[in-house]
Amino acid sequence: MNDQISRSQFWRLTAIGTIGFFAFWYLARVLHFAPPQFLPMPHEVLAKLIDLLYNPFAGYVLGDHMLASLQRFGMGFGLAALVGIPLGLAMGWFRLLDDIVTPLFDGLRFIAPVAWVPFAALWFGTGIGGPTLIIFAGAFPPCLINAYRGARNVDVRFLEAASMLGVGNFRTITEVLFPAAVPSIIAGLRIGAGLGWMSLVGAELIVASSGMGNLIVRAQSAIATDTVMAGMIAIGVVGVVIDVLIRRLERWLLKHRNA
Amino acid sequence: MVGVTTVVVFLVLWYLATTVTGLVNPSRFPRPNEVWAAFSFIQTEGYGNGKLYQHVFHSLQLVAMGFAVAVSVGVPLGLLMGYSRRAEALINPAFLLLRPIPPLAWIPLAIVWLGLDDGSKILVIFVAAFVPSVINSYTGVRNIEAPMMEAARMLGVKGWRMVAEVLVPGSLPMIFTGLRLSLQASWTTLVAAELIGALYGLGSILNQAAQDIYPAMILVAMVLVGLCGAATTWLLGQLENRAMPWRKGRVAA
Repeated sequence: MNDQISRSQFWRLTAIGTIGFFAFWYLARVLHFAPPQFLPMPHEVLAKLIDLLYNPFAGYVLGDHMLASLQRFGMGFGLAALVGIPLGLAMGWFRLLDDIVTPLFDGLRFIAPVAWVPFAALWFGTGIGGPTLIIFAGAFPPCLINAYRGARNVDVRFLEAASMLGVGNFRTITEVLFPAAVPSIIAGLRIGAGLGWMSLVGAELIVASSGMGNLIVRAQSAIATDTVMAGMIAIGVVGVVIDVLIRRLERWLLKHRNA
Repeated sequence: MVGVTTVVVFLVLWYLATTVTGLVNPSRFPRPNEVWAAFSFIQTEGYGNGKLYQHVFHSLQLVAMGFAVAVSVGVPLGLLMGYSRRAEALINPAFLLLRPIPPLAWIPLAIVWLGLDDGSKILVIFVAAFVPSVINSYTGVRNIEAPMMEAARMLGVKGWRMVAEVLVPGSLPMIFTGLRLSLQASWTTLVAAELIGALYGLGSILNQAAQDIYPAMILVAMVLVGLCGAATTWLLGQLENRAMPWRKGRVAA
């Protein structure tokens, strides 16, 4: 825009930025900015990450913690999508439903998902059920809102054509509204997955006895900073993988819609 | 009209389910009168180390501090990255490396570094609020129409005037979108951090009430979390309307 830069310049600056980031990290050790115990170096964190794959911490190896988290995430996120998307589409089509659900939804919207932790634990325990509710609370609003917006933004001509052809309510939703709302729905799923994954970590920090959140909070009480950081990296990487998978789903859905 | 009816019907159903029919066990979900009692109790007697206003004030203070620091660093950084490709290429790697880590996952690290005091909470709020501020300010600058930028450059607009008269006004809608997301993220992380360990604050009420198995107080704290979030978002919306008087579509909440 203001300064067009060539590809080679771009990559050179990117390399400097990347190296600078790690150099800064190492420099903190050299300058004794913090005791090594509190600020492990990148290679130490990486070594810890690999070590956690084989040696259990807080009762399980890294893979098992991750599996426990993914299981809860899958349930909570799946439920949010299964309830949120159809409800959002239906709200976009039936005016009365919109009027009924919106005030309740707006009332709950501002309550942070993690604030559900006490009730979640009280109602569903701390195993799978409780954290699932927290993930649901995080992932549900974007799923619903985006499906709703997608349905409201459908070109009126399609709806007129559908009603002229005598298409019923159910088929209008599944065959007109849903395909048209796919990009918006996918955007909602991506936001929802991000918030759900974060809420899961929050729930596990507080109540669970396994999972990635539990791993890092146990490492925190043992002042094992390298394990905390290794856990954070694993959480970040899996979050990115989930996002990539949803984008794959979008490409697949759009291809089928156009076919 | 339907909206009001829904809320009233919902409240009546709540009353019927918990108080009249006993369909819902009060140890699972509180009755309306219990919630009112819990509310009066925390307001007059205090609960979990303090009275209501102390908790609310403490949480508001932490959110305000973390949010303010994050925004005053994040927005300029986003504007810079949007304006200069060089700055973007240089800063983006660090940003991309740190961004995928969910803000809540920083809580244990913040506790290791800064203990259970306010400092660790401000740090996690900062981390949470920083990312949306940067991304949206960046996008805002990138979305300024090219002719506008070219005209400004041709007229010799530079430095501070470029920022104050072109970049900021042009990207203001996106900056505010970022601020809203930042504010929401601030509340989420604060509540989580306070649930894990705090003397005061809305999250600490939740934590204490969960330990005491006091459903009415849990509900009171949840409603307070929602109200504080809504109130601060409303304030931000007012600021948004002030900042952009030229926009016709006003922001409601």
